[in-house]
Amino acid sequence: MIKEDTLKKVLYIDLSKKKFWIEERDDLFSQFIGGTGVAIKLLHENCKYDTDPLSSDNPIIISIGPLNGLFPIASKTVALFKSPHTGNLGESHAGGRSAIAIRMAGYGAIVIKGKSERPCYIAIHGDRVYFKDATTLWGLEEGVSAASLIRRQESGAGLRTIMRIGPAGEKMITYACVTLETYRHFGRLGLGAVFGSKNLKAVVVSGKRDLKVNDFKGYKECYSNLLKQLAESDKMKKYHELGTPANVMPLSFSKGIPMKNLTISELEGLENISGESFAEKHLGRRVACSHCPVACIHLGALRKPYEDEPYFYRTVYLSYDYELIYALGTMLGVASPEGVLRLIEVVEDMGLDAISTGVVLAWSTEAFEKGLINEKMTEGVIPQWGDVDAYSQLINKIVFSEGEFFKDLGKGIDYASSKYGGKEFALTYGKNEMPGYHTGYGAHIGYLFGARHSHLDSAGYAIDKEAMIKSFDEEQFAEKIITEEYWRQILSSLVICFFGREIYTPQIILQCLKLTGFDLDEKRLTEIGKEIYAEKYRFKIKCGFDVDNIELPQRIFELPSGTGKLNKDFAEKIIGKLKEKIKSLL
Amino acid sequence: MFRFEIITCYNLSMPVFVKDANKCVGCLICMFACGRAHLATGLESSCIKVRSQGGISRGFSVFVCRGCEDPPCARVCPEDALVVRKGGGVLLKEDKCTGCGHCVKACILDAIGWNNGKNKPVICIQCGECAKSCHYKVLEYKRT
Repeated sequence: MIKEDTLKKVLYIDLSKKKFWIEERDDLFSQFIGGTGVAIKLLHENCKYDTDPLSSDNPIIISIGPLNGLFPIASKTVALFKSPHTGNLGESHAGGRSAIAIRMAGYGAIVIKGKSERPCYIAIHGDRVYFKDATTLWGLEEGVSAASLIRRQESGAGLRTIMRIGPAGEKMITYACVTLETYRHFGRLGLGAVFGSKNLKAVVVSGKRDLKVNDFKGYKECYSNLLKQLAESDKMKKYHELGTPANVMPLSFSKGIPMKNLTISELEGLENISGESFAEKHLGRRVACSHCPVACIHLGALRKPYEDEPYFYRTVYLSYDYELIYALGTMLGVASPEGVLRLIEVVEDMGLDAISTGVVLAWSTEAFEKGLINEKMTEGVIPQWGDVDAYSQLINKIVFSEGEFFKDLGKGIDYASSKYGGKEFALTYGKNEMPGYHTGYGAHIGYLFGARHSHLDSAGYAIDKEAMIKSFDEEQFAEKIITEEYWRQILSSLVICFFGREIYTPQIILQCLKLTGFDLDEKRLTEIGKEIYAEKYRFKIKCGFDVDNIELPQRIFELPSGTGKLNKDFAEKIIGKLKEKIKSLL
Repeated sequence: MFRFEIITCYNLSMPVFVKDANKCVGCLICMFACGRAHLATGLESSCIKVRSQGGISRGFSVFVCRGCEDPPCARVCPEDALVVRKGGGVLLKEDKCTGCGHCVKACILDAIGWNNGKNKPVICIQCGECAKSCHYKVLEYKRT
């Protein structure tokens, strides 16, 4: 790392004592680069393994890496915490303005500890840190946005990030998200609930500075090359044009997109919620994260009439993506773009993770059909495939109802199905709800063993795509899953958006790292990736995660996947290989 | 000499202008390009600004120097540190500048940046790097 680089600064904030201090951690950054690598070390340091995730002892680690602020599409921030949803490692990534704001404020990581006595928000403007009262921002009624109030109070317009929670975070729903810049999220694993448990409504970060590189001329050349590739390469075209929803139709042809809780493979009217259809009828604007020219964020315009006032409408802009079309569309049998956008609006207003919410509703619908739950429990709302009104009401009730059933749903379907039954069709992996790919062994086993039980851990769907034309044995599947996850530890330590992964080859990454003062070679890089992954697994296991005691949901073996019907024995063989590999790391 | 004549003939100003801010995606690539044009990495030495119009759903505004022919920033400078450029815009004589900030206030476009480290303004050098780096043709660079 370059000597003057502020990346090494870790800002500690104690909400209980309203104190903050800075520690310089060259040791961590020079060894583990930044982002997820540094964050997992800080989590080990700051979180006792038996900590209750919703207690004041659970720290929030927010970190960035050396490439942020220097190279295009290095636009992501990593958050690590103990997850209230799974009880072990919580990890979530977000873009927006966050990474650049933290870099410009002069930090590599922020560690938030303790609990505020009253609702508060933190404002970090460069080296100044303020604890601000947020009692008036807590429990806001619909129509008033905490973020717009904070925007008026704080400086740094244009360069700041405002990370905030909604009602779901305040109520500590275990899959509450943290929203940034209206449209980006620390979505999965419940960081929103951890904010809520600390009486922390928001974190604002801003700053402005110049950074150092080793060779300015070389830097400019490297930068222009990257910018050109990001603009012109076919590898980025998908994200440029239709965005991630470009996947809806191809995945539906191969039966890889889950529908109605994985009970069917065809949904009437699916083409209406394709990327093409959204773009044609609803795409209102495209926006980007800071320092990313791709602008993959697609905002759909939803025109809504006022029921009691003729000729009065409001138009809201909602960010749609493949995962949302899956979770709030196909998974619920909703095949109209307006329906999907309406559900996205409710999920955004509540501040929930869209994937978990969709899968929770899908499980509830099937559980209701099977008579495991009844109308009394659901307080008169009947969950039915395709019924957008009912689903909107249910989402509201998950957050606001005091009823026992909804309190249970607010803990996810691993919890709910252990109480009400229906485990065999509860699509969860290590207690986290399923992402939108029923493509084959790679995807499902990737979710099960990924450090954060996400499709982003090892992108198993890409391995399944390969498996459509090549045949892999159990060893090859296991090796591909784990190798991809090692490599992604590097990308998320830098921190590059995974969408840029094909542009950022190991050679380019080494070149960028050299310019920022990290002299590494490819072998060392791979070793660091492996070590970060091992550190994550060490954390998980110390928190009670048992690799010998997790299994795939029964349902996935019943409906043919994108690569045909899955065989349980073969899945077990891959799992066996993966377990061996993980155990040998520890 | 020849160059001077062209400038006077065609009355060149506004080498960079905002062609269509509605196409701005808020990526800030232009701000980083501006920093590099000022021989820096980061945003402290950047003068172009991009801000949301009160929330990202409403889109963005871009604030960039239009290279005025009779620039108010130069007129208010008590130290004569801003010299009017041939063809529009100003040049900063850093050694003369005391960091009073009058120029920033005089620019109604909000197109002058501020370098806190140096305590001096960041002035557009009319290089067009911002426009050249914009993928979405929000900015146009005109130089004949």
